[in-house]
Amino acid sequence: MSDWPLYEVFVRGKRGLNHVHVGSLHAADDEMAVRNARDLYTRRNEGVSIWVVKADFITASSPDEKDPFFAPSGDKVYRHPTFYDIPDDVPHM
Amino acid sequence: MNLEDHFDETIARDQRIEPRDWMPDGYRRTMVRQVAQHAHSEIIGMQPEGDWITRAPSLRRKAILLAKVQDEAGHGLYLYSAAETLGADRDDLTERLIEGRQKYSSIFNYPTLTFADVGVIGWLVDGAAICNQVPLCRSSYGPYARAMIRICKEESFHQRQGYELLMTMMSGTQAQRNMVQDATNRWWWPSLMMFGPPDAQSTNTAQSMAWKIKRHTNDELRQRFVDMSVPQAEKLGVTLPDPDLKWNAERGHHDFGQIDWEHFKEVVSGNGPCNEIRLTRRRQAHEDGQWVRDAAAAYAAKQQREAVA
Repeated sequence: MSDWPLYEVFVRGKRGLNHVHVGSLHAADDEMAVRNARDLYTRRNEGVSIWVVKADFITASSPDEKDPFFAPSGDKVYRHPTFYDIPDDVPHM
Repeated sequence: MNLEDHFDETIARDQRIEPRDWMPDGYRRTMVRQVAQHAHSEIIGMQPEGDWITRAPSLRRKAILLAKVQDEAGHGLYLYSAAETLGADRDDLTERLIEGRQKYSSIFNYPTLTFADVGVIGWLVDGAAICNQVPLCRSSYGPYARAMIRICKEESFHQRQGYELLMTMMSGTQAQRNMVQDATNRWWWPSLMMFGPPDAQSTNTAQSMAWKIKRHTNDELRQRFVDMSVPQAEKLGVTLPDPDLKWNAERGHHDFGQIDWEHFKEVVSGNGPCNEIRLTRRRQAHEDGQWVRDAAAAYAAKQQREAVA
C-alpha cells in the first residue's frame, strides 16, 4: 500500500454549501479514491458531491510564519462595515 | 514567544493543535500511540461480531450487523488517517499491529458464544466506548477530535441496536432470556476494564490531562458507566454479576466490587482467550489482500503510462 498515495477528501453536504474537508484516505488512483471516499465518508447521506485531491498537490501556508503571514489583514479595520459611522436615521444602510 | 510557550498557550486557551503546528515530541508520541491503539481496536473489533454475520437469525439482523461492522472499519480508517497527520506511516501501523508491537483494546480478546453476545457488545461494550469517547471529541488534537465526533454519532446506532436486540430476546423464550443473562455475566467485568487501570496505577493520566488529550480519569469514566448501566439492566430485566453493586446515597453513585486486575494484565499481555485468533486472522486478511493491492497499483501505473503516451 506504500505506493498508494494519500488523498484529501472534501464533501458538499447539500446543494448550496461549499465542499468541506472531511479527512483523508489512501487509494491506488483517482477513481478508487472517489469510490472509497463514498464508502468511508458518506455512509449516511452526508454528501451530494465529493472532491478528492492527492495530498501532495496541496500547497499550504506555513505554520512557522502564521502571525506575520496574516498580519496584513490585522490592521485594516476599514474593511469592515462597522468601521463607518452612519446616523441611525439613514434608512436601508 | 518560543514554540513551547505558544503550544502551551494554545492548549490553555482550549484551542486545538493542528497537524502542522509545532508540538513537543512527547505529545506527538503519546498522540500517535493513543490514536493508533484506538484505530487497531476498531479494526480488530470487527472480528467478534463479524463471526455472527453469516449466522444472524434474520435478514434484518444481518443487514444491521453488516452495517455495524462496516462502521467499525470506517472508524479504523478515520483514525488511521488522523494518526498519519502526526507523521505515522499506514503500512508501519499495520505491521506494528500484526506483529503484536502495538496494542488494541483487550475487550476484543473474548469470544462471542451466542447471538446474545452481539446484543451485549452493543449495549455494554459500545456503551463503555461511548463513555470513553464523548469527552475525546474535545481532545486538544484537532484531527483526532474531529474523527471522534463522527465516530460518536455512529456509535449511538451501535448501542441502540444492541439494546433493542436484547429487549427482543428478553421478550422471547426462557432459553433466550438465559442467553442474555449469560452474555451479560461474561461481558460485564471486561467492559469495566475497558476504562483502563485504576487512577492510582495509571502512569500517563496526569500528563495526558495536562495536555487535554484525556479529559476525565479512568475511575471517573468507569463510575459514570456503572451509574448509567444499572437502570438499563433493570429495565432489561437482567442482573449485573456483582454482589457488591449497590446505590450509595452518600456518594450519589453506585458502589461496585473489586475488579480482577491480574486477569486484565494477563489479557493485555497476550494471554486472553482469543488474542492469538484475532491477530492471526488480521495477519491472514492482510496477506490474502496483497494481490488486490498489487493489482490496483499495477492498474494505476498502467493508466498513468497510457495517459502520458
